[in-house]
Amino acid sequence: MDDTVNIAGVELDSRLIMGTGGATSLATLEEALVASGTQVTTVAIRRYAAAGGNSVFAMLERLGVHALPNTAGCFTARDAVLTAQLAREALETEWIKLEVVADEDTLLPDPLELLTAADELVADGFSVFAYTNDDPILARRLEDVGVAAVMPAGAPIGTGLGILNPHNISMIAEAAHVPVVLDAGVGTASDAALAMELGCDAVLLASAVTRAHDAPLMARAMSAAVRAGRDAYRAGRIPRRSLARASSPAEGRIAVP
Amino acid sequence: MTAGHISIVLDGTPTKVPAGSTLRETIARHIDRELDASSAPIDGGRLGVAVAVDGMVVPRGDWHDHLMVDGAAVDVVTATQGG
Repeated sequence: MDDTVNIAGVELDSRLIMGTGGATSLATLEEALVASGTQVTTVAIRRYAAAGGNSVFAMLERLGVHALPNTAGCFTARDAVLTAQLAREALETEWIKLEVVADEDTLLPDPLELLTAADELVADGFSVFAYTNDDPILARRLEDVGVAAVMPAGAPIGTGLGILNPHNISMIAEAAHVPVVLDAGVGTASDAALAMELGCDAVLLASAVTRAHDAPLMARAMSAAVRAGRDAYRAGRIPRRSLARASSPAEGRIAVP
Repeated sequence: MTAGHISIVLDGTPTKVPAGSTLRETIARHIDRELDASSAPIDGGRLGVAVAVDGMVVPRGDWHDHLMVDGAAVDVVTATQGG
């Protein structure tokens, strides 16, 4: 069934974007990435020495997966813009997952710095994938400055708390004219399915897979969940009712004399 | 300072490089790959790194002409697991 999603000019068959953070080894990460079927994966930009050389870049080259560099660890628009420029130079891509967070404890986006950085990066020719709060108005403002995708958090990064405000996520998905990617907070497969049922175009997750007991198996589960949720969204769920409605016919029932 | 050498801060570590070194030579040594005049790796692979000097990105096409100066902060970055 043809149900691709076009993000920043690239047609993707898989609506699951798997990040590379949190894996215990490169071998496990590679196995999980393959099991997830993802065509895009996030990477962080760090000093060469601290990164232990070029091994992650080389692996993505080998797997043919699009690298989506992030600005993780940036607290100001200024830091995020420099990191994005370095990422573009290093990975030869205009794509940037823009993260500008407020503090280490919540890792929640700082709305003002985020919007400033998004505006600057769009003007500089980047395709900005904006990691944002589950705030429909901020999502709209990001779209207004020209981001390629809006990526609201279901819950804070790495918490696995799922989607804390499904109503807001649904509002963001309904209003957006750019792809909406649920990013952060996913703990297990049902969270990913819910994101898609709410109308998101894709799901981005990392820890839920890389920190699972069996990462490749969880990657497979997430892939199935995203497809199931997407199909359910497209199929159109039945309305919720407060009272029961029988599915067996009322006529012809046996009456006990 | 050793004669004929200057001190830079390379990826956060104080490092001595020969005076008159270019950025291209400095990076090639750091990442242990030979780079041609346009800073493309001669092994044919993609470079996969970017460089900032004193907080400003220096495009790889400019590395060959960029002479190292004493005290420069050179950051070399690449992709690692994250996000």
